[in-house]
Amino acid sequence: MSTTTETDSPGTAPAPAGGGPALLGRTRGRWLLLAAGLVLALVLPWVIYPPVAMDIAAWALFAVALDLLLGYAGLLSFGHAAFWGGSAYVAGLTALHWGLPFPLAALAGAGFAMLLAWPIGVLSVRRSGIYFAMVTLAFAQMLYFIVNQWRGLTGGENGLQGVPVHFFGLEAVETDAFFFYYAALPLILLGMWFAWRVVHSPFGRVLVATRDNPARARALGYDVERYRILVFVISAGLAGLAGGVFAISHGFVSLQEVAWQTSGKVVLLTVLGGIGTLWGGIVGAIVIVILEDQLASSGFEGIGIITGSVFIAVVLLFRRGIWGTVSDALARRRGERPAAEAVSAADGEEGL
Amino acid sequence: MNDPQDTVGPPGSRTVALSARGLSKEFRGFRAVKDVDLDVVEGEVHALVGPNGAGKTTLFNLLTGYLKPTSGTITVHGKDITGKEPEQIAHEGVARSFQITSLFDNLTPREHLELALQGMAGGGMRFWRSDSLLRRHRGRADELLEHVGLAGLAERPAGELAYGQKRALEMALVLALDPQVMLLDEPTAGMGREDVDRTIELVRQVAAGRTVVFVDHNMHVVGSLADHVTVLMSGEVLARGTYEQVRNDERVVAAYLGEDTHA
Ligand SMILES: Nc1ncnc2c1ncn2[C@@H]1O[C@H](COP(=O)(O)OP(=O)(O)O)[C@@H](O)[C@H]1O
Ligand SMILES: [Mg+2]
Repeated sequence: MSTTTETDSPGTAPAPAGGGPALLGRTRGRWLLLAAGLVLALVLPWVIYPPVAMDIAAWALFAVALDLLLGYAGLLSFGHAAFWGGSAYVAGLTALHWGLPFPLAALAGAGFAMLLAWPIGVLSVRRSGIYFAMVTLAFAQMLYFIVNQWRGLTGGENGLQGVPVHFFGLEAVETDAFFFYYAALPLILLGMWFAWRVVHSPFGRVLVATRDNPARARALGYDVERYRILVFVISAGLAGLAGGVFAISHGFVSLQEVAWQTSGKVVLLTVLGGIGTLWGGIVGAIVIVILEDQLASSGFEGIGIITGSVFIAVVLLFRRGIWGTVSDALARRRGERPAAEAVSAADGEEGL
Repeated sequence: MNDPQDTVGPPGSRTVALSARGLSKEFRGFRAVKDVDLDVVEGEVHALVGPNGAGKTTLFNLLTGYLKPTSGTITVHGKDITGKEPEQIAHEGVARSFQITSLFDNLTPREHLELALQGMAGGGMRFWRSDSLLRRHRGRADELLEHVGLAGLAERPAGELAYGQKRALEMALVLALDPQVMLLDEPTAGMGREDVDRTIELVRQVAAGRTVVFVDHNMHVVGSLADHVTVLMSGEVLARGTYEQVRNDERVVAAYLGEDTHA
């Protein structure tokens, strides 16, 4: 876990049930935040070109999925493109060949991602830290190789072309990106709600414990590997849901979706936004997708250089990402103790 | 270098709760634990003593699955648990504390205990339910906090507790598992006299109806609590018997107590 402990945001772990006297104010703050987030999601295609709004929503769910794993279980996957991209192909193929309505195609993709994640999870959760990242990357590269070779099915380097949008014959949704956004948004929000449910469940509590002190969690009778495998599969399913929606909204599946750069990008988004909060990934997606869109439409070539520099600057200057930094500043203004000052628990796997 | 068991008393007359046979652990050629036989009788308090580096913590790690033995077997109430994982051994009714306090710094003492109680009761995999389910353990959690003297600190993050309070929480976590066999690694390490006495009293209370193995350097603690003592030296069993027997054992005096100023 050595790679993540520094950026872990301990205080954002599930709030103590019951809480103190400040609870009422904080709960109201949460509801306001949630309402603001919903309003933003609803007005987004009015203020931004609808296809870009759809990209933001899909990448936001992808980042939330990664944060579940990175922020709450302390596992850095560098192979999440396998689940996003794997699902993108399955969603694209089922829409193309079977004519599945897009929500079902995306769900089929998510199901495939979870099936794929299960053996990968079993084989990789034995490792943590940088080794976990390497093992997940290796599996994702295997999938990339298969997709690239299997031209007959996937179109190889040309990608899968001509993916149709089916939505029960509703022409507005099937042809207009603006209406498609509103048809797809419930799936995205459902995915985000599910991530929230997981974080604030008995399972989520144990997960944070296995992140902060796995040796002690085991002493309390918890099979740490089982928890890690399950969160890996859940994370992959949500990443798959996002990837499926993304593919259908674009009308084709690019080989890029299973490439390592995609795994890197979602890590970048999530860390930039701030891990261990779920909200951070959403902020990161908004910032990076809009930035990339602006740069691309101005004809700029070196997008990677700019986003990479922003990433490095934020990580160096604001350890806890945009969301973590802002919420700490607000907490300080209210005179509360910012979460960042809570000491991170030692990784007890060594040094018994 | 296996001493006969008869210093302890006739084996077989009482049930053995925890037993090791020929237990060894090698770290890259270095043998930290060498061919150790250990029998802990049900209901007794058993002290494991020896100088730093003798292999006491390594032995605990072997007994609780944190390390896999190079050779040898471990049984709990006659059941072979060799090679089992720590969480499986916890479910076999063997709980341990850690020499170096090992807590969740961001969780409160109450949350620690709710987590521990859920660990034994099950239900931790329920990702579709609300975490308010953990509150069902609150009553028992608060009882345990009261028992170890942390009642007033139930909602303070563990990272902010004083050293002695962390040790008390460490103890409460072991108790929360309601184990048949408790392994305590230096429960009084670094404590002042008052805390030491309180810990002795606590161990004495919880030892009723349980089997306890503990490591301690403080001979006052060993003398007050232990029914039997095993002396470990360079990974080997040097002597075993009652506190009085061991204390007067020439080899022990020469090898261990002689160089130690406690007692
Ligand atoms: N994981 C490990 N790797 C290598 N050597 C170890 C390891 N754990 C313990 N040791 C060594 O084994 C010996 C016994 O250590 P330990 O069991 O901690 O002693 P004690 O608890 O009796 O003070 C020491 O020499 C220690 O350095
Ligand atoms: Mg030790």
